[in-house]
Amino acid sequence: MFDFDGLNEIWQTITRNKTRSLLTAFGVFWGIFLLVILSSTGNGFENGLMKQVEGVTPNTGFFFAGATSEPYKGYQKGRQWTMQMADLEAIRETFPCVKAISPEASLWSNEEKNVIYGNRGSSFSVKGVLPEYNQIEKSKILKGRFLNDTDIASNRKVCLLGKKVYETMFEKGENPIGKMVKVNGIYFQVVGVVRSYTENVEVNGSVDESVILPFTTMQQVYAIGDKIHFFALVADDDTPLKSIADDIKQLLKERHDISPTDEEAIESFDLSEIFNTFKGLFFGIHILIWIVGLGTLLSGIIGVSNIMLVTVKERTREIGVRRAIGAKPKNIIGQVLSESLLLTVLAGLVGLCLGVAIMAVVAMITSSMPSDNMMFQDPNMGFKAAVAATVIIIISGLLAGVLPAWRAIQIKAIDAIREE
Amino acid sequence: MMIALKDINKTYFGAQPLHVLKGINLNVEEGEMVSIMGASGSGKSTLLNILGILDNYDTGEYYLNGKLVKDLSENEAADVRNRTIGFIFQSFNLIPFKTAMENVALPLYYQNVSRKKRNELALEYLERFGLKEWADHYPNELSGGQKQRVSMARALVTHPKVILADEPTGALDSKTSAEVMQILREVNQTGITMIIVTHEKGIALRTNKIIHLKDGVIENIETNNPDLIDFNTEIK
Repeated sequence: MFDFDGLNEIWQTITRNKTRSLLTAFGVFWGIFLLVILSSTGNGFENGLMKQVEGVTPNTGFFFAGATSEPYKGYQKGRQWTMQMADLEAIRETFPCVKAISPEASLWSNEEKNVIYGNRGSSFSVKGVLPEYNQIEKSKILKGRFLNDTDIASNRKVCLLGKKVYETMFEKGENPIGKMVKVNGIYFQVVGVVRSYTENVEVNGSVDESVILPFTTMQQVYAIGDKIHFFALVADDDTPLKSIADDIKQLLKERHDISPTDEEAIESFDLSEIFNTFKGLFFGIHILIWIVGLGTLLSGIIGVSNIMLVTVKERTREIGVRRAIGAKPKNIIGQVLSESLLLTVLAGLVGLCLGVAIMAVVAMITSSMPSDNMMFQDPNMGFKAAVAATVIIIISGLLAGVLPAWRAIQIKAIDAIREE
Repeated sequence: MMIALKDINKTYFGAQPLHVLKGINLNVEEGEMVSIMGASGSGKSTLLNILGILDNYDTGEYYLNGKLVKDLSENEAADVRNRTIGFIFQSFNLIPFKTAMENVALPLYYQNVSRKKRNELALEYLERFGLKEWADHYPNELSGGQKQRVSMARALVTHPKVILADEPTGALDSKTSAEVMQILREVNQTGITMIIVTHEKGIALRTNKIIHLKDGVIENIETNNPDLIDFNTEIK
């Protein structure tokens, strides 16, 4: 049915009324074009936002030790308590789904310049973490390495510098690795320079403006003792944090003689909830986009169908003559369906290609001005959606032809060639 | 026997049932040239439609080329029309957006003949009717006589057994009518059975057998010798 010969036959009828075919095709073209532009733009914003939170693992929870709000086991309410490293070990053992867990502590200094190298000095925040912290808040390692287990095990006096710290303390191009930097009065050897993935998401101060120390070293050299006020953990992707957060809290409460009903003793914050909110938002936007796009497309298809009906009506005599000289019903159906299919597919593909081309230009323009704060990234509709759109075009082309084709085969040769 | 009709009845069921054909019995031999005459309402168009398998009949039997034509499916009917019958219409019924050649080639398209082959055949037939130079012209660029010659070429291109012509000269002037009849006569002499519906005596007199139809029955069948007529004279 779709050999060159048949195509020629169909093309002849479509081009017979060029203006009308063009106007009809425009409806379908516009529907697909809008769908591509809208869904690409939607994806662009989604990619932009996702770029902002790149490096942050969504399934992350933060836990803070607060003050108790209920008396329990002889303790009064309002008790300040802290966690220990042993608590983190217990969590790790009880919950195998926890991929990474790390305490985090910050040092505050009254000195104006707490970080000193050579004759330079400035004020930066100082954080203590475990090596696993890099799985929780991912940093880009610019030079050297991240903290490792040996640093922790042997309480090495090593440190990582944030990008801004390095830029402030060192000459441009100077290799900081192995250099000794004085942090709050104690010398640490620099093992790496890191920067955060984005400037928009930060946990407890930007990595770029921090000096990062091994947690255990920090406890020891600054005489903090085994006290943890705050820790973060990442669960594996199959275990939503929500499902284990309460159990983790109960475990901590048991270990620290806190009433199981005490809601304020441990505070937590679930990053995945924010992610889910955004995901839900974008899901809604995508649905809306497809509804608008498909709605526009639908009106285009109804337009095609309508015009095909008119065409069939106009061509009653022609169809009758074709029947008289030997056209079978399947020839007539094939012709009408192919006409609407060809019209729809051509218009749809032009819309698809033009939409994709325009968005490619937009993507080129946006990527030519790179910025970490770009809220719009890589706007394209994605291969799957493009395939889906193509399939929708083809199906809708056939659907548009069904009613006109049915009308066409109702035409009997005798009706058409009857004189008068 | 090319065509055999046995007691054909046809009633149109409208607001008032109309018994159009009331028991038609008719035999047409292969190679005969027959005309059907009758006043309007006599049933001659209905008869032609049944002969052309464009319409079906209620009772009776219709044998075309020895094969019973009854309750054919759309596909079978289309096939028989395509291969056995050639139609010539009063208003030519050429497809306006196709050239003369494409119009002639159209029946072959439905036989899945290749484009090259069918255009060759179409040109051959157009040449036979002196229209080779007009092959690339559209119907609205042709005169009435030329259009009818194109439609005759279209009817013949499939080598049909029977040509059914419905008032083939109805839309033509008398001089052109005579030319068309001359061509039909020549076609008939190649052995193709020809049935012409007409209300013009001048046309009927150019056939071998004149069937007079009145109120749905065959009134009489008149044998005629067309050789008595000078085919070059204009038809009054």
